[in-house]
Amino acid sequence: MIRDITLGQYYLADSVIHKLDPRVKLAGTMVFIISLFAFRSVSAYVVATLALAAVIHISKVPLKFMMRGLKSIFILLMITVVFNLFLIPGTPVLHFWKLTITEEGIETAAFMAIRLVYLILGSSVMTLTTTPNNLTDGLEKALRPLGKIHVPVHEISMIMSIALRFIPILLDETDKIMKAQMARGADFESGNLIQKAKNMVPLLVPLFISAFRRANDLAMAMEARGYHGGEGRTKMKPLVYASRDKAAYGMMLAYLVVMFAASRIKIFGF
Amino acid sequence: MSIIKGRKLSYDYFRVDEDGKEEEKIRAVDQVDLDVKEGDFVAILGHNGSGKSTLAKHINAILLPTEGTLYVDGKDTKDESKLWEIRQSAGMVFQNPDNQIIGTIVDEDVGFGPENMGVPSEEIWERVEKSLKAVGMWEYRSHSPNKLSGGQKQRVAIAGVVAMRPKCIVLDEPTAMLDPNGRKEVIHTVQELNRKEHVTVLLITHYMEEVIEADKVIVMDQGNIVMQGTPKEIFSHVEELKKYRLDVPQATLVAHELQKKGVPLPDGILSMRELEQELERAAERNQIHGDQN
Repeated sequence: MIRDITLGQYYLADSVIHKLDPRVKLAGTMVFIISLFAFRSVSAYVVATLALAAVIHISKVPLKFMMRGLKSIFILLMITVVFNLFLIPGTPVLHFWKLTITEEGIETAAFMAIRLVYLILGSSVMTLTTTPNNLTDGLEKALRPLGKIHVPVHEISMIMSIALRFIPILLDETDKIMKAQMARGADFESGNLIQKAKNMVPLLVPLFISAFRRANDLAMAMEARGYHGGEGRTKMKPLVYASRDKAAYGMMLAYLVVMFAASRIKIFGF
Repeated sequence: MSIIKGRKLSYDYFRVDEDGKEEEKIRAVDQVDLDVKEGDFVAILGHNGSGKSTLAKHINAILLPTEGTLYVDGKDTKDESKLWEIRQSAGMVFQNPDNQIIGTIVDEDVGFGPENMGVPSEEIWERVEKSLKAVGMWEYRSHSPNKLSGGQKQRVAIAGVVAMRPKCIVLDEPTAMLDPNGRKEVIHTVQELNRKEHVTVLLITHYMEEVIEADKVIVMDQGNIVMQGTPKEIFSHVEELKKYRLDVPQATLVAHELQKKGVPLPDGILSMRELEQELERAAERNQIHGDQN
C-alpha cells in the first residue's frame, strides 16, 4: 500500500513542465490549490478541469501515474463524501430510515470530492515532473529570506532531499525484513488492531537500527566528500528564471483572472 | 615522493559504560609507519578487525590519530585548517553503495563533492562529464541511483570522488557487497583510473584476486603492518599468510600444494596462466631429466 504514494516518484520525460523552474511549479501548485478552495461554482471548476487537463497533457506523464496517488486517499474521499451527503441540513431529496440526503449535501459532497481529487492530482503533477532534489532546491531558494530570522533553510532542504532519496531504500528494506520475519513465523496479518500494532515490533526495531546505521554511514560519506553545511557551497544546477518561467507566471495570473470571472457565471444555478 | 606518510600512527577506540566512564580501550591501529608513493596502486589486506578500515579513515581525516602523525600530500591531518584540503586531495569510497550516494539523480550525486568545494557551476558540469565518462557511467547520468546495479552504484560513487580531482583515492572494501561481475567492473575501473589518470589508489580488500596487479601489498594484523612488498613477494609466503587468516589466490595455493608434493615450481605464482606456463616448464625439465636416466 505504501508504494502507491507517488510523492518522490519522479517520472522522467522531456516536456516543458519538466524544464520549468521548481519555484514556478511550487507557486503554480499553490495557486491551483488556493483557487480550488477560493472559488466554488461549476463554471470555475470547468476552468480548473481544463487547466489541469492541459497541464497533465503537456507534462507527458501518463494519466495512470497521476491516478496512482488517488488510491491512497480513496478511503478519506469516501468518508468525506458520505458524511457530507448525509449530515448537511437543507432541502431533502431522498429520505429513508433515519437518513436524509439533501440538495445541499449532494452539492457539498460533489465539491469536496472534486477538490480533494484535484488537490492530489495538482500536487502529483509537481512531484512527478520535478526531481526531489530540484524541488528542495526550489524550496531552499524560495524560502531563503527566512534565513535572516535564523531559520536553517539549507539544512532543512538537505534533510528533505536525503529523506526523499532514502524512502525507496527504506521501503525495500521494510519488505526484506518483513519477509525475513515471516520466514521465522512472524504474523503481520491476523489479530485485531492492537494485536497488529504489537506484531509490528519485530519489523520496526530492525528497521530503525538499520536506518541509524545508514544515517551514520551517509554522514561519513558526506563529510568525506567535503560537506560542511551550506556556507561556500556552489550549485551544480543553479536556479535562474528563464523566459518560459516568466511566461508560466503570466499564465498563472491569467488563470486566476479567468477563475475569478468564471466563478461569477452561474451554470444550473450553482 | 610519498603522498601518504604515517609515523608511529596509533588509534584507540574507547568503549564507554552508561555513566560515561571509560570501560575498555581497544587499540585498532598500533604504531604504524605507512608510506605510499604518488601514482602507486597499493592494496591493504587483512582479516576482519585487523585495523585496515580504521587506518583508511585516517587518510581522509575522518578519524584523527590518538598518537603519532599522518601526512597526506604534505599536510598534517591534525591541522584543522587544512581539513577540507585533505579531504579534497584524498577521496574515499565506502563499502555500502547505497549509503554513500547522496543525490537522487546520478549526475547530481557526482556534482555533490565539487558543490561542497565551491566550484563554479560550469566547471562542475565539465568535471561531472569527465568523471562519469572515466568510470563508464555517462549514459546513466539522468538515471536514479536506485535503479542501478551494485557495481554501477559503486562506479558512480567513484565518479563522485574523481570529480573532486583528488590525488589519491582510498577504497574501503568497495567490492564486499557486490557480485563477481560487479566486483570485476569496479576493480577494472579503479585500475584504469590509476593507469590513465595516475591517481594514487589505496585499495582495502580481502579478495586476493584484486591484489595481484597492485604495485605494493600491505598486510595488516591486529593493528600492525606485518608484511609489505610486491604481490609476488607477499604471496611467496603462503604459510605466513595463513597464519594471519588470509587466503591466497587459487593459482598460488595450487602451486604451493604441488610444491609440497615435490613438483619443482618457483614461489609467488599469481595467476592460472602463470601456473600453466611454469607447469609446462617443469614438465619439460622433468622430461630432459627423465631422458638422461
